[in-house]
Amino acid sequence: MSIWEYANPKKFMQTSGALLPWAVGLSVLMLTVGLVWGFFFTPDDYKQGSTVKIIYIHVPAALMAINAWGMMLVTSLIWLIRRHHVSVLAAKAAAPIGMTMTLVALFTGAIWGQPMWGAWWAWDPRLTSFLILFLFYLGYLALWSAIENPDAAADLTSVLCIVGSVFAFLSRYAVLFWNQGLHQGASLSMDRAEHVADVFAYPLWVSIAGFVLLFVTLVLIGTRTEIRARRMQALLAREKLD
Amino acid sequence: MPDLGKYALTVLSAYGVTLALVLALVAYVLIRAGRVKRALAEVEERATRHG
Repeated sequence: MSIWEYANPKKFMQTSGALLPWAVGLSVLMLTVGLVWGFFFTPDDYKQGSTVKIIYIHVPAALMAINAWGMMLVTSLIWLIRRHHVSVLAAKAAAPIGMTMTLVALFTGAIWGQPMWGAWWAWDPRLTSFLILFLFYLGYLALWSAIENPDAAADLTSVLCIVGSVFAFLSRYAVLFWNQGLHQGASLSMDRAEHVADVFAYPLWVSIAGFVLLFVTLVLIGTRTEIRARRMQALLAREKLD
Repeated sequence: MPDLGKYALTVLSAYGVTLALVLALVAYVLIRAGRVKRALAEVEERATRHG
């Protein structure tokens, strides 16, 4: 068995159809447990008070915003190298999800930043690179809509995805090499001194798992939709020829 | 409901915005999925009828 079997749309539809109910159930379960645990059963932070509860939505959303682009980069490269349609359709399906996660991270960051920093927004390296990432998501989706030929659209959006990856990874690592910004360091770090306390970290991990599973679920549904849309385009084109 | 103190509005608005955006995203994905599935079924049926 090879992973490339799933590049066959029929095989992908079969496998994803079987996986979807599990993905839906697990994502609902993990999101509920993570968010209820974090919101209702964790203490306030000694410095940040109850605003620390925003961590359970802000950090998972920000992680997904970056990782969704990472997944789009991998699937776009597979398209450019091996020309598997399913991979680029998965990238297309992931884009609105990644864009929404970026928006969630930006909004919750601004709401959290106002009482903590005294400002809704600052041109801090991490915040700025996140805003640019959001603009890349918008551009990526606009490019898909603007080009009629699906293969040409797939090629151009894949190239845009590679270019945008610079900002996706910059938003991930900006806090490590620019320390003059307002944004704190990584919340989940291997360094114990920097890492958030366990009482906050455990529900945060569950919430992150929930966001990852939500992403997987929505990408599976979205990719199935894109495969169907592509098949419909092919049938309509054949109808016109007849 | 936990006592959120002076930051109640901040915390609740962050959760509210997130819930609204995530629900809008889920609705968009599901509505589009249903619409495309129905349209494809129609086109496939037409293609089968006309051979």
